[in-house]
Amino acid sequence: MQGKTLYDKIWDSHEITKEGEESLIYVDQHLIHEVTSPQAFQGLRDAKRNIHRLDKTFGVVDHNISTRNRSIDSAEPISKQQMVWMLLNSKEFGVNVLNVDHPDQGIVHVVAPELGLTLPGSVVACGDSHTSTHGAFGCLAFGIGTSDIEHIFVTQTMRMKKSKTFLVKLQGEVGLGISAKDVALFVISKIGTEGGQGYVIEFQGEAIRKMSMEERMTICNLSVEAGARSGMIAADETTFSYLKDKDNSPKGDAWLESVNKWKNFKSDTDAKFDKEIELDLKECYTMVSWGTNPSQVVSIDGAVPDPESNLDSHKKTTARLALEYMNLKPGLRMQDIKVDKVFIGSCTNGRLEDIRRVAEIAKGYKVHPEVSAIVVPGSGRVKRNAELEGLDKILLEAGFEWRHPGCSMCLGMNDDHLQEGERSASTSNRNFENRQGKGGRTHLVSPEVAAVTAILGKLGGKKQLEEFTRTNQMIKGEK
Amino acid sequence: MKAWSEHRGRVLPLLRNDIDTDQILPKQFMKKTDKIGFGKLLFFNWRYLDENGTKENPDFILNQEEWSEASILIAGENFGCGSSREHAPWALVDYGFRVILAESFADIFYGNAAKNGLALIKLPKQILESIADKVNINPNMTLHVDLSKMLIFHGEEEYSFSMPKEISERITNGLDDIGVTLKHWDKILAFEKQMSLN
Repeated sequence: MQGKTLYDKIWDSHEITKEGEESLIYVDQHLIHEVTSPQAFQGLRDAKRNIHRLDKTFGVVDHNISTRNRSIDSAEPISKQQMVWMLLNSKEFGVNVLNVDHPDQGIVHVVAPELGLTLPGSVVACGDSHTSTHGAFGCLAFGIGTSDIEHIFVTQTMRMKKSKTFLVKLQGEVGLGISAKDVALFVISKIGTEGGQGYVIEFQGEAIRKMSMEERMTICNLSVEAGARSGMIAADETTFSYLKDKDNSPKGDAWLESVNKWKNFKSDTDAKFDKEIELDLKECYTMVSWGTNPSQVVSIDGAVPDPESNLDSHKKTTARLALEYMNLKPGLRMQDIKVDKVFIGSCTNGRLEDIRRVAEIAKGYKVHPEVSAIVVPGSGRVKRNAELEGLDKILLEAGFEWRHPGCSMCLGMNDDHLQEGERSASTSNRNFENRQGKGGRTHLVSPEVAAVTAILGKLGGKKQLEEFTRTNQMIKGEK
Repeated sequence: MKAWSEHRGRVLPLLRNDIDTDQILPKQFMKKTDKIGFGKLLFFNWRYLDENGTKENPDFILNQEEWSEASILIAGENFGCGSSREHAPWALVDYGFRVILAESFADIFYGNAAKNGLALIKLPKQILESIADKVNINPNMTLHVDLSKMLIFHGEEEYSFSMPKEISERITNGLDDIGVTLKHWDKILAFEKQMSLN
């Protein structure tokens, strides 16, 4: 018998029934937040329905919250109203929600794994496209719309058509100083923003096996930017040791039983994927985006590409429009692009390891006087742990702002955003037009590049920081 | 949602690739807690010059008189990429669009659209460009979309398309998904019972 993929195994174990091309799939964990759920709660009220499995429903308030303090009153009135509605709705229907001032509050895709709510072999759904993040745990996790949220509230199931499977095999090792974010952007640049459409991506390769859970989450988080609804990485010892003793992880005998069960959730060696691609990590450099979609990236040592010569015809118009919006000319070196703001955080890069990398670089340097740089931890736990390690002190000393958790400037639903014409280096996931603020221009980067950029005032990586340090020492020497 | 199986309407050509949900309905309007009135916010950042939405951008096609009646939108590839916000189809439908013709659509958006009576039809680039050329010459021209026959008629010409039956039926019947699923309630409970034993 033909082997099965990880996706097939999870699908088959969660399919309740099938009608035509659509199946009814059981959802093990439903995560909600304040932005996409209010109309679903209203739907329940209108139809006099209730939530079937409160034990499988968990909520946070993350998109609107101010990162300056923990007071709901710091948000502008409409934001505050949406957060208040979340709390009222949850109370009325009995949903467990991390309130604004809860010590573990944070971004849904950071908090749920921390609490052990994301488990291998399970199905996770959330009204947020970056739900793909959770696939790092070898589960099937996907973003859904508000109608689906209401559907899961009532039935604990999703109606969906089975996706095709796409194996992305990463060959070789990740180069020194190259981060998971660079790898993810590299993958998107190779397969395109629509390359994963209709597929669920499974990432395999030695490099993936060597990655920490946090790095794997960065990879799966960005799979939606390649058009795939979900990204997945089969669970292994790294996954199990991350999950052990988490608040909601199975305990005692149940833990051993679960680990044994989870070990089966991997693609069989003879499994057939609908599409496969092998990418050589030798070609993966420190990446930075130049355009308005996450596939428009080059090496930090490279230059803005010329749409007329470097791209195939159907990408030309897209590239021309992107350069116009970004106000960039072909041939300009990426390292010569000045930025106004640096944002470090989001469900892509707002975890402890990300903040450690930023602090490691920032130590002993100062943020460029013309740059405002904010570090927004992904959750209360990330913040507390970073502070226990003294990372906040290093960052504050260097001139970064150390904020409270939230989605923040990734999409600027709170008061952290770009002004018209401002340019940012951002560790988030989307460089779409106007996303970080009307007329704002976003360069997607790794935490390392964000840190260096904050210091230099211009986009830069390790090499640019070394040059800067040498020049500065020379100047000091001359004095 | 209003069920329909045939639609006749004017066409608006917006042949860009990667039109993402942040462009269709920007985040600042996702703070609303109802589903009403999103139409006037559609394509907000392209459509208005100011943050209050009082100064229309005359260069943006949606604001031009000859396209104001359009109910069918033509776009490039990867329409609806980005966020999972159902606010995007709410805005398109509230504005008056019933059909979008494009080379390809993002997965989550595709599922969300049908639940709101918005038909997403994939057509090859050459056909999209040919329709766009015609409509650019004559903005009054209309297309006739028939979901049960899976055909688009334009005068003597017709274009065929495919759409999963479950998707087209959702639009033609206007059924409530929850109601349909609840017919399987026993199976769901049996599944849960089995799961708790494993």
